[in-house]
Amino acid sequence: MNPSTDFAQTAQQREEVLTIFERGAPGRRASHLPALDVPVQPLEDLLPTRFRRRTVPLLPEVSEPEIVRHYVRLSKRNFDLDSGFYPLGSCTMKYNPKLHERVAALPGHARLHPFQRPEHAQGALELMWGLQSALGEIAGLPHVSLQPSAGSHGELAGVLLTRAYHEDRGDAREIVLTPDTAHGTNPATVTMAGYRVVGVGTNADGGVDLDDLREKATDRVACLMLTNPNTLGLFDPNISEIAKIVHDVGATLYYDGANLNAIMGISRPGDMGFDIVHFNLHKSFTQPHGGGGPGSGPIAVSDRIAPYLPVPIVTRTETDAAPVFDLVEDLPKSIGRVRGFQGNYGVFVRAYAYICSLGGEGLRHASEIAVLNANYLRALLRERGIGEYLSTPFDRHCMHEFVVSGGPMKRELGIRTLDLAKRMLDFGVHPPTVYFPQLVEECLLIEPTETETRETLEAFAQIVAEILAEAAVSPETARNAPYTTPVRRLDEALAARSPILRQPL
Amino acid sequence: MSDYTSLTADDLAQMLATIGVDSIEELLRAIPEDVRMREPLNLPAGRPEQDVFAHLRALAGRNTSADDEITFLGAGMYDHFLPALIESIILRSEFLTPYTPYQPEISQGGLQAMFEYQTAISELTGLPISNASLYEGPSAVASAAYMSKLTNGRPEFVVSRGLHPHARQTLATVAHGWGGRVVEVDLCDGVTDAGDLAALVGPDTCAVIMQQPNFLGAVEDLAPIAAVARAAGAVPICSADPLTLGILEAPGNLGFEIVVGEGQTLGNRLDFGGPSFGFLAASTDHTRRMPGRIAGETRDADGRRGFVLTLQTREQHIRREKATSNICTAQALNALAGVIYLSWLGRVGLPELGELLLQRTAYARTQLAGLPGVAPLHSQPVIREFAVRLDAPVDAVIAACQERGVNPGFALERAYPEYVGGLLVAITEQRSRADIDQLVGVLGEVLAEYAARATGAGVGR
Repeated sequence: MNPSTDFAQTAQQREEVLTIFERGAPGRRASHLPALDVPVQPLEDLLPTRFRRRTVPLLPEVSEPEIVRHYVRLSKRNFDLDSGFYPLGSCTMKYNPKLHERVAALPGHARLHPFQRPEHAQGALELMWGLQSALGEIAGLPHVSLQPSAGSHGELAGVLLTRAYHEDRGDAREIVLTPDTAHGTNPATVTMAGYRVVGVGTNADGGVDLDDLREKATDRVACLMLTNPNTLGLFDPNISEIAKIVHDVGATLYYDGANLNAIMGISRPGDMGFDIVHFNLHKSFTQPHGGGGPGSGPIAVSDRIAPYLPVPIVTRTETDAAPVFDLVEDLPKSIGRVRGFQGNYGVFVRAYAYICSLGGEGLRHASEIAVLNANYLRALLRERGIGEYLSTPFDRHCMHEFVVSGGPMKRELGIRTLDLAKRMLDFGVHPPTVYFPQLVEECLLIEPTETETRETLEAFAQIVAEILAEAAVSPETARNAPYTTPVRRLDEALAARSPILRQPL
Repeated sequence: MSDYTSLTADDLAQMLATIGVDSIEELLRAIPEDVRMREPLNLPAGRPEQDVFAHLRALAGRNTSADDEITFLGAGMYDHFLPALIESIILRSEFLTPYTPYQPEISQGGLQAMFEYQTAISELTGLPISNASLYEGPSAVASAAYMSKLTNGRPEFVVSRGLHPHARQTLATVAHGWGGRVVEVDLCDGVTDAGDLAALVGPDTCAVIMQQPNFLGAVEDLAPIAAVARAAGAVPICSADPLTLGILEAPGNLGFEIVVGEGQTLGNRLDFGGPSFGFLAASTDHTRRMPGRIAGETRDADGRRGFVLTLQTREQHIRREKATSNICTAQALNALAGVIYLSWLGRVGLPELGELLLQRTAYARTQLAGLPGVAPLHSQPVIREFAVRLDAPVDAVIAACQERGVNPGFALERAYPEYVGGLLVAITEQRSRADIDQLVGVLGEVLAEYAARATGAGVGR
């Protein structure tokens, strides 16, 4: 099973890499526009020369078959979720149901203009209302805005809500607390929202260090941003005490929903005491990741935060006939818009379809199996031949993901976590998240999700065992990996030192 | 009611045994009882695929889409034609389902597409550096403003009222967080009043923000405004419609340091407002302050050409609270649609389309202005959209036209109380002369009915 490490190039590796700008020929084209069917006026009369473009943008000159072949070839240089296991921690790479693309493409959804008047968009508004209601129920927080475009955008909205809440009470605060295990987006968001970050430590069990939190929770603190389970994949059992500490100093508690896939239908952020939650519809709710978006980051909030929600929000009014849905923009205390139009509606369609398919029971089942799969894979990776090189730093069951440390592997076999990850590429799996969270030495963060089969998890453990066994004999094999991918290990330092950020033309 | 899992009873038993527990419940013991759900989620029961499809189709059927009427709605998103090849490429699993390319050796397709996209955006905007996408137009404006804040630390943004209202509102929301404020410059005969603008720009001005063409469809005279901003040490920012940049001069060639915009017109669906993408390009001075992902060219261990995410020391996952932006997931798939569309349109097609839009829009503008009760709102050159003033209640007129199968456009009063009776009409290449003639006919009828009613009421008094 061990993939070849000899240097016979694959066909893909021999292919010359050309961009679309390097293909084609002068005068070649793909588009043919409709005929000019109106009386033609001199261009100068319509657009004075001083506004006209002097040199035409050097776009490609290619035919349609050329474009299709170019991008299909490019596509084959990507690894994807439909081709293999993708246990990227904190990213929830679960299967993306095919139904969702079909329903999102229906013209009534896909060709609906965002300024269509509400009476002509009742289906879309009802869908948004249904999604808002479902997300509010899942979060245990009833007031929802679907507007933010991604997780970090939901975080920004959430911290701005916190600011609005405090300012409305005449209470200027300047600090937001984030645990040292937090996603990088949390502290980055805090700075953008005009607050200062203060870190909170992690205790020996992987949870928030309560003493450290008590010391730092003062009346200058606006908010604590937390994810639970946290980025170590551990549920913090002290959550009620954490909420009390935060609320006692008048601060808000923010829930980073990146890890919601562990607890749907099992436990709700609202019931834990969180005031504001963002969802990643591209994680728990199956929006395909698209190689880096689109996503969607709706937020759900408690009663005291509700007046400040971003606009627009969808309302429902009962009438004698069917209920009527509307978009409301004029909420007097709203923080305002955080983007154009209503949000990423196409993503809402897919998330809503997913919730309709699963229902409440199905969502809970999905989370339970996500937890089961993670614990099963964790158990397999503690077995002989693996566990002595990849340690599991916290001796408790994990939730939907878990960390292992490549520290022993580095010391005893002489390969780093990066090398292990790169060698996995030759075996046709996507490596886990590496070097995050930073507090774990040579960290791997592994999230298998509920949609993987038992056989896939076992095959992955087998691959890890093989790579470790191989490294015991020949560590340079992993250090020089990968061998079979379209390109071999890439020089990232070169790219940063001498940036080439576009094709010279 | 599929939940897309694959677990059998045998699987469950064996997995629990391997873990060393008797039930899944045991794995959840870290969750204290007092924060556990005691009741199931109050959601409708799961349904089979065909039922879900039927439900979503029924909801779609209650919307009036651009297939269901002849629409002249624009105001930020436009019904341009989407060639079939876009969908056939972006729905491939290899583009649709991967995450952000953290492992470049198995992500060369997506990374090269980003590099090509950056090249295309750089060409369109006339600026050397493009990132790999932002969420959408208005938040891209806010991102450019934050870059300016990182550049000079000043508090005030001088913003044309021709900038899309959603962009102005988004900027105000976001800037409030870091203590920035927004002042607006009024329009005069459809374009930004350059004198008013110059009077507002000063040592507190962080950036000057324009839109081309502006919200009323008018072409702005950009060069003098960039000069005013630069002279004051403020960053000149322009939000531009990329589809018009084959025929309108690139803002980057007119002195603008940051050019942003809404990418929907480049190969993306209307989708009731999203997902589309935002773009952002800048001069090299701003490279280290750029938000979001940027792809760069490099070499592999054997010297082969390859692509990686680069300049990552700007980004949140490395720099945390010192990052230049918090953005992580953006709109890679939509940006891919954008570069495919631009390749399809091509070097000759882009200016050709610009000319087609100019001619058709001019025709529509002339025909509409010939109707009794319709007057041009301004006299500036327009390329794909124009504003008129109706001598009748605009909301009611729109509703009456829609009943006759034509959506005449956007009621300007929704965003500009100063333009009572204002109607913003968008013309894409999908609206033929026959469609325009039908708009003229229907709007003429509706306005005539209003005029008749007004006269009748007058007689009665």
